[in-house]
Amino acid sequence: MRNPQLDSNGGLRHLLTLDGLPREILTAILDTAAPLTEVAEREVKKLPVLRGKSVFNLFFENSTRTRTTFEIAAKRLSADVVNLNVSTSSTAKGESLLDTVDNLCAMQADMFVVRHAASGAPFLIAQHLIANGRNDIHVVNAGDGRHAHPTQGLLDMYTIRHFKGDFTRLVVAIVGDVLHSRVARSQIAALKTLGVPEIRVIGPKTLLPSGLEAWGVRVFHDMDAGLKDVDVIMMLRLQNERMNGALLPTPQEFYKVWGLTAEKLARARPDAIVMHPGPMNRGVEIDSAVADGAQAVILNQVTFGIAVRMAVMSMLAA
Amino acid sequence: MKIQISNGRVIDPAHGVDAVQNLYIAAGRVVALGQAPDGFEPQRVLDASGLVVCPGLVDLAARLREPGFEYRATLESEMDAAMAGGVTSLAIPPDTDPALDEPGLVEMLCHRAKQLNRAHVYPIGSLTIGLKGERLSEMAQLAEAGCFAFSQANVPIVDNAVLLRAMQYAATFGFRVWLQPLAPFLSRGGCAHDGEVAARLGLTGIPVEAETVALFTHLRLARSTGARLHVTRLSSAEGLALIEQARAEGMDVTCDVSINHLHLCDQDIGYFDPNCHLVPPLRAASDRDALRAALADGRINALCSDHTPVDDDGKLAPFGESEAGATGLELLLPLALKWGEDAGLDLATTLSRVTSDAARLIGITKAGHLAPGARADICVFDPAARRRITRDQLRSQGKNTPFLGHELPGRVRYTLVEGQIMYEG
Amino acid sequence: MQLPDADTLLETLIAQMRPHVTSKTALVGIRTGGVWLAERLHAALGLDGPIGSVDVSFYRDDLGARGLPPNPQRTDIPFDVEDAHIVIVDDVLYTGRTVRAALNELFDYGRPACVELAVLVDRGGRELPIAARYCAHTLPQPLPASQTLELSRDETGALSLRLIDA
Repeated sequence: MRNPQLDSNGGLRHLLTLDGLPREILTAILDTAAPLTEVAEREVKKLPVLRGKSVFNLFFENSTRTRTTFEIAAKRLSADVVNLNVSTSSTAKGESLLDTVDNLCAMQADMFVVRHAASGAPFLIAQHLIANGRNDIHVVNAGDGRHAHPTQGLLDMYTIRHFKGDFTRLVVAIVGDVLHSRVARSQIAALKTLGVPEIRVIGPKTLLPSGLEAWGVRVFHDMDAGLKDVDVIMMLRLQNERMNGALLPTPQEFYKVWGLTAEKLARARPDAIVMHPGPMNRGVEIDSAVADGAQAVILNQVTFGIAVRMAVMSMLAA
Repeated sequence: MKIQISNGRVIDPAHGVDAVQNLYIAAGRVVALGQAPDGFEPQRVLDASGLVVCPGLVDLAARLREPGFEYRATLESEMDAAMAGGVTSLAIPPDTDPALDEPGLVEMLCHRAKQLNRAHVYPIGSLTIGLKGERLSEMAQLAEAGCFAFSQANVPIVDNAVLLRAMQYAATFGFRVWLQPLAPFLSRGGCAHDGEVAARLGLTGIPVEAETVALFTHLRLARSTGARLHVTRLSSAEGLALIEQARAEGMDVTCDVSINHLHLCDQDIGYFDPNCHLVPPLRAASDRDALRAALADGRINALCSDHTPVDDDGKLAPFGESEAGATGLELLLPLALKWGEDAGLDLATTLSRVTSDAARLIGITKAGHLAPGARADICVFDPAARRRITRDQLRSQGKNTPFLGHELPGRVRYTLVEGQIMYEG
Repeated sequence: MQLPDADTLLETLIAQMRPHVTSKTALVGIRTGGVWLAERLHAALGLDGPIGSVDVSFYRDDLGARGLPPNPQRTDIPFDVEDAHIVIVDDVLYTGRTVRAALNELFDYGRPACVELAVLVDRGGRELPIAARYCAHTLPQPLPASQTLELSRDETGALSLRLIDA
């Protein structure tokens, strides 16, 4: 069955996941993002690409941060942006997800940027739109449950390409709570598609899903072994809620064993870059010294994130 | 009414019959095979040339959704589905609303089913009041009202001490205990098998230990209490191994598998298809293959539909939030035939898994076979026909099946219950 | 048809522009052909100051119909557009929509004092009121829509005009 995010010509009509996204499309998004990074430096930080189009931010799960970057990206493309914090609106009153979507379609939406707590929700929306013949409306997944965060994965790939160039020579390590991380899943999918020869995950068994090795990832529990000669370190945010689920004893212990300190960083290659999707828990997964250090490219990720989202929205709606 | 079914390939697995011959029905019973009884004047003759004539199918699990869940399905719609599927006897799990924990409720259900005069129903009583796993239900009275076994459906008992007492009490009377091996805390919050597919799709996984740990508990408790245990809807190779081990140690334990787990695995979830959201979850391809082989050689005793109709709204939700379950009464025969074809089995063996073997598990003696004197519950089907499963064809109110669009063999032409033609295809 | 020689046309263009350029003149080439031309003009006219290059991909008016062009390049305006005397340079002038897009993009950087247009070839078929002040060659007959006229550059840097049939 064809991935619903691709149309019958194999072109991109929704961005739902990086898993199964063809390499050519992935690369095209990164290529399109490149010239967009300079828009922020202009006086009029706008391109007319989405002028007259309405982008609805449909956030069923709260996130000021992600919502803001999407809003900035959409506005830089001259789109009209409507923010819907559905947690406070009709869905809380029991309206089904698809009913909410139908209502918004009736308000002339051109694009939905969707964040939802349930894995697969954006697929449901996209399939519903396709079934109703609404091929003019595009869905961008801004994060669904534990499944995917494609724009984050893309901006991470852009960042790696910017600093490291050739993916086919890299060793990349993802550290932390992979089990609950949609970011990690999108990163792994993209890294694989782009031909990264060695992808590692590092963390305690309780935070690594079974099935990772079958997916082609090397599993490490020891930071020293896992970070040895690594070119790119992608840290994941440890969510405090996890501490109560009998998954980890304390943040202190996590920091002691898997926190990225300067000492552990030294195991990696001297020119290794340190990334983090944010927001960071300083002193839990990462040391302040490292986060603010020369090898960290975390702020670059944020800048690139806007350009990447602009690229995605341009490619979809144009 | 006297009916003659002519020239059909009569297959009666219970008695090793597989031959083209006539079958004669009178007063709701099979009266003869082959030779007509003296002076037999049929009021109706069914031409079964090129067709198979077998016992009406016996389904070990069919949720008819009454009482309580009429928005999902009703007795009428589901009985129609049963007739269209050639299913003439079916066992009803106790997870209705309210649960089947009161004799009066069971009587009413049986009465209502009898009034509809379609398939025979064999209710399974709730092991504990309200399925809550705290207090024992009145098993003796429920048995009197018609329950042939007791179960918790998909609601496992959390307190093993209660489970022990429930099995002891059931064993007091020699009642059958049908249990789904599903450890409550290991399966909590999960919606898919904990493997590569769940990892990639970010779905909360249910590890295979949820089945094996629970199964081990059930087997040990059954052994010590002497309860007659039947394991429902096996889903894993490891679970199967535990059952084989128990049998090797001398225990008499039976088990079944659903049509869904016989044909599908977690890969079929694809792009979050909620029709594949099932309990227990679809496991790995290797599990599916192990189950297929075990049903073929009889280590798994019977095949059932696990018919669980869900209304469309229940499936129009993100995978983890959708309601689990698939419709299946009308797919029991086609999917049995498909499996038999793939496994290279003779038709009699294939059909036994959904007729005589299933009947034995319920304790039905008068049906599930075609010897003279048997209840004339008969299915006549065209083994060569193939049809594509579509929503419109399904008579069940539940259109939710992962097999939509699949082309499957077998088309029911006649379904008879107690010698009356209830369905003509 | 016989295409004119690009280098010859370039000489014509240089001769047309020389009397009118000043030290303030800023060239902005439209990618990619216009940028190559702008580089040659810049050298030949002895201009100081950097050359701007504009990629109009995100400003096209036909995005809805044709989608985003693949591989858009950076727009680089390394000088202050405010009050500048700009000459937009492109290889072929056709409908005028590309120039309009370039104008729109330029004006998002600031308000120039004046903007002029220099093209190597005018192939006719204008759909907007756009005219080139400097134009080395106008085709006697407009080309049909099925044909594309563009500048190409080989490894040695030599420029030539190409006609492509769709």
